[in-house]
Amino acid sequence: MRTRAETESRSIAIQASVTQTIWLDLSVAALVLTAASGVPGLALGRRSNAAQGLASLLVIAGALLGELAAIAVLGGAAIETRTLPGPLSELSLHLRLDPLAAFFLVPVYLLSVAGTLYGTRYWKQTEHPENGRALRLWYGVLVAALAAVVLAADGFAFLMAWEVMALAAFFLVTIEDDRAEVRQAGWVYLVATHAGTLALFALFALLWAVNGSLEFRPMASGAGTQGATSALFLLALVGFGFKAGIVPLHFWLPAAHANAPSHVSALMSGLLLKMGIYGLLRFFTLLPAPPPGVGMLMIAIGTFSAMYGVVFALGQHDLKRLLAYHSIENIGIIVMGMGLALVGVSAQQPAWVALGLAGCLLHVWNHSFFKGLLFLAAGSVIHGAGTREIDRLGGLGKPMSRTAALFAIGAVAICGLPPLNGFVSELLIYVGLFRAGADGASRQWSAAPLAAPLLAMVGALAVACFVKAYGTVFLGPHRSEGAARAHEVPRSMLVAMILLALPCVTIGVFPVLAMPALDRVVHAWVGAESQPPLLGHLIPWTPIMGMNAALVAGVLAVSLILGRRFRRRVPVQTGTWDCGYVQPTAAMSYSASSFAQLLVDLYGWLLRPRAGHAIRTELFPSRQHFHTRVPEQVTEFVLAPLWVSFRRALAPFRALQHGRVQLYLMYVLLTLCILVVLSFPIDEAFVRFLGWWGNGGVHGVE
Amino acid sequence: MAWNETLPDMVTPILHISVLLLAPPLLMGVINKTKAWAAGRRGPPLLQLYYDLFRLFRKDTVLSRTTTWVFRAGPVVGVTAVLLAGLLAPFGAFDAPLSFDGDLVLFAYLMGLARFFTAAAALDTGSAFEGMGAAREVSFASLAEVALFVAFVVLVRLSGSLSLTPMLHAPMTGAFHGLPAAALLLVGVALFVVLLAENARIPVDDPNTHLELTMIHEVMVLDHSGPLFGLVLYGASVKLLLFSSLLLHFALPFSFGAPLLDWALFGVGLLAVAIAVGVVESVMARLRLRHVPSLLIAASVLCAFGFFFTLA
Amino acid sequence: MNFSAANLLLIGVLLLNLFCLGTSRIRALIQAAALQGVVLGVMPLLIHGRVDWNTGLIALATVVLKGNVIPGMLRRALREAQIKREIEPLIGLVPTMLLGALATLLSIAFASGLPLAPEHQNLLIVPASFSTVLTGFLLLTTRMKAITQAIGYLVLENGIFIFGLLLLDAMPFLVEIGVLLDLFVGIFVVSIIIHHINREFASLDTRRLASLKE
Repeated sequence: MRTRAETESRSIAIQASVTQTIWLDLSVAALVLTAASGVPGLALGRRSNAAQGLASLLVIAGALLGELAAIAVLGGAAIETRTLPGPLSELSLHLRLDPLAAFFLVPVYLLSVAGTLYGTRYWKQTEHPENGRALRLWYGVLVAALAAVVLAADGFAFLMAWEVMALAAFFLVTIEDDRAEVRQAGWVYLVATHAGTLALFALFALLWAVNGSLEFRPMASGAGTQGATSALFLLALVGFGFKAGIVPLHFWLPAAHANAPSHVSALMSGLLLKMGIYGLLRFFTLLPAPPPGVGMLMIAIGTFSAMYGVVFALGQHDLKRLLAYHSIENIGIIVMGMGLALVGVSAQQPAWVALGLAGCLLHVWNHSFFKGLLFLAAGSVIHGAGTREIDRLGGLGKPMSRTAALFAIGAVAICGLPPLNGFVSELLIYVGLFRAGADGASRQWSAAPLAAPLLAMVGALAVACFVKAYGTVFLGPHRSEGAARAHEVPRSMLVAMILLALPCVTIGVFPVLAMPALDRVVHAWVGAESQPPLLGHLIPWTPIMGMNAALVAGVLAVSLILGRRFRRRVPVQTGTWDCGYVQPTAAMSYSASSFAQLLVDLYGWLLRPRAGHAIRTELFPSRQHFHTRVPEQVTEFVLAPLWVSFRRALAPFRALQHGRVQLYLMYVLLTLCILVVLSFPIDEAFVRFLGWWGNGGVHGVE
Repeated sequence: MAWNETLPDMVTPILHISVLLLAPPLLMGVINKTKAWAAGRRGPPLLQLYYDLFRLFRKDTVLSRTTTWVFRAGPVVGVTAVLLAGLLAPFGAFDAPLSFDGDLVLFAYLMGLARFFTAAAALDTGSAFEGMGAAREVSFASLAEVALFVAFVVLVRLSGSLSLTPMLHAPMTGAFHGLPAAALLLVGVALFVVLLAENARIPVDDPNTHLELTMIHEVMVLDHSGPLFGLVLYGASVKLLLFSSLLLHFALPFSFGAPLLDWALFGVGLLAVAIAVGVVESVMARLRLRHVPSLLIAASVLCAFGFFFTLA
Repeated sequence: MNFSAANLLLIGVLLLNLFCLGTSRIRALIQAAALQGVVLGVMPLLIHGRVDWNTGLIALATVVLKGNVIPGMLRRALREAQIKREIEPLIGLVPTMLLGALATLLSIAFASGLPLAPEHQNLLIVPASFSTVLTGFLLLTTRMKAITQAIGYLVLENGIFIFGLLLLDAMPFLVEIGVLLDLFVGIFVVSIIIHHINREFASLDTRRLASLKE
């Protein structure tokens, strides 16, 4: 019985020896092009717009090459591994473009194109002379690093690319570093990402010890004890969890996404978080079998993360923070799918593996697309109306009708409603969870289907949250000056958004288009010995597509009939009747915080909303103010008190930090001396010295 | 179960679609008549909603200047989505016209789509009343969805199938005794509560008052007029029909075997459900809004108990 | 190889160390460091034994840099800062010198216990190197003015260079250039810092830097 490692290595060896395909080279070329995209701008001065056009061109060129290579490999091209020399003989760099990597590359390049098109007008060089070039430089580096993380086939290359990616994202988040909240957000992000990277270093070190090399090849089935595998899993969970934003390691996410420029937020939410998911998926391909209970644990973590994210999103009234919390929710859903796949591996049910993994992977794509779209739309709102506060917007659907329509597409998609793409990936996960309750008589997995109602609750809360967001931002009256003066965004920004809306609609209405790619990745992930069923056999896509078509056709038909009716008898336009109120004002309309109040109160035990108001008790009414906010739990209730007690505990050691250079140098000398004494047999040396001195000293030999 | 095996003849689907399209307003009429009789009145005619719909479709429309296309999309998507969901739900002992693995999710999410657009249309008017109704509607729906899905989980476990038709026909097979039967009973009760919640009936909402403190669904559609309002009322009645038909599989889980008798049984069952709803509405008062979540959570817990019974 | 000449020069280096520790006149300190640099520039020629273009050029470059350029820059910084003497250090000049002597003895003892290659065993390279490094350290830790600390850093680098002489055959000359470049940049930066410290604080006393601590 061949082990998975042997089979895999044999197949890779065969494939590598058959042909030297161009796909890996194309990917590397794409990488180089995107990395270099921001460099010409450095030479072209800060007042010219030429550099941004050139940068966009380079990114688009790189993206085309990269997508071509990725689609080719997803379509069945051979897998190729390339080895590059590294600094030491044991540390060479390996690159490989296999189906899992290609799958993650597809959204990387699509989002980068959309982002760069968007950025030409959103962050126009002439409007942002002081940081525009830096933004484009780091944008290109980030895209290249994302691709490099995915192409890396050994721990060393992976970590290098990971660090570059994290740092590029840091520089992008803090691009507007004149604002204090941006600096704060960048700082928290940096700490979180490095905590994760530390765990990853430990992970790869342990992996080297167990596996014998840093290369990403599956471990032999006997290698490593149970304890070692569990330790590896925990390190991977922490390390990749920080990056993916799994609760409770998510605390850096809201501030970082809210304070970065919108197309950067789109990239971070759509791609950076997914690299954590990619890392976990890659990690599980290295283990011979997942440790017991891991699958159910991941489902539980995913469910909790999803519920946490969506409940907190309800309490936000900053548009981008709201979207950031929804990212946490969707990552939770992705982790649920991954957990289901792991349960399937443990239970030896290939159908569950296929459904769970396909749901996880498709949701990765879907989330990149619709979250990217939503962030770009949010950026358009900020561009058009000037503020991020939902309660100060309103009525933008009239002046910004195209942005409103695109945001609506994103909102329906993220709620998982048919006929758009969110529904397809959630359906895969639902069917998988239900099957875990129906197939197989084992009681061990029977708790898994209970995640389905919780997922349904998450979906319904997402509907609530996005009705709130869409309704308060685009519908209703104008709630402030900025909203009243809003204007539609330029065409390049609209094109970027449409570019992301297209896959949302396409995958939603024609889910079969994505199935071959998903099947290929599922087969690659599972390994050669298990044959998971094709997704087309597990879920009948034809009737679903039929229903989607019927939905679209039905809506169109009814709309046409009504339209004809309204042309014959034109409706009367008047003010809102509203049960007879004569003078409604914008302040009377339901704002976002009012809309969410019922749910925020219901979940108040988790959200702990804080209200602040000044009560004035003078005779005549004067200006009052009231604000509410939902604090980020982990930062404010866990990390901040920990930090304060840490500082207090370590305060005695502050005496060592007196600022005097001379004494710092003395510390170095002292440490050196102690090390010398510990590592060197001083007494022997002294004996020999005394003997040598007695023999005549230096000139004794001569 | 492959989807193309569920169309044995053309009669059942045609009857199904006819009932789906034509019967719903009658149910509303029955409920109103029951409530009127319980209050000692004669009440409106049974076919009142049909007259109302005809009248509304002939009227002009008044649109608010604040609204956009979303306001008109609300009723349109609401009706279309709910009617399409009706193609998935089996009526009585008969198969639904469309049945495939995973259609239970599509059923629930089509309702969700309808809810999204209805609530968005409510916010479109910029009025405080509609916003309030929309907020309440989406908040309570999140809890009702949980109960519905736990019920689905129980049914999936008992029937071993992932499609609504075989799932809901499972109680009719008579194969369940003891604990699974108790599970089905609990699920049935919970589904009744979900029906009341999703269709804005007392004790969750009062469809008759127009006081802001007591409205959820009524208030969301305050500004709709003419054909749009007609679509709203019609969509609401179709939704009631669908939930009633789901419930009937638990309340009357047997079949005569003959098509005519089974359709008659289904008709009688629908009327019974409508009368039951009317009775509940007449006997109880509306719950305070703060207690509605507790009611829905209780329904979910009942279903969860049912689930644990099936594990045994 | 001319061992005795090399050893003599190294003894000279050791004596220069002690002188550095004992003087409080900054100009004298610069001169001593420069002289040390010149001596060290010549050392490779003596150890190699032959004078070819390669080694000769490097020796010349080292001598010019360490003997002229760097001391010149330091003297300019001194002129701009307008100071002449170092403040009396914390532990006094004579005790510092005694410490330096003790450090030299300890380094000789230490070096004799190391497993050196046979051709290096009778050279004073390792003891001189450790001793110079420790002298540099002492200068860095006991002196208050930034210029003296810069010179202490110079002496420290000299000590490392002496150790590098052991690997003269193995180390390609790029590494030596690298070491010198590093030194050059370090001096450059410290000169700038001295200039700015003087401007910001109206004093070159590095004890004032402690006020920058968090």
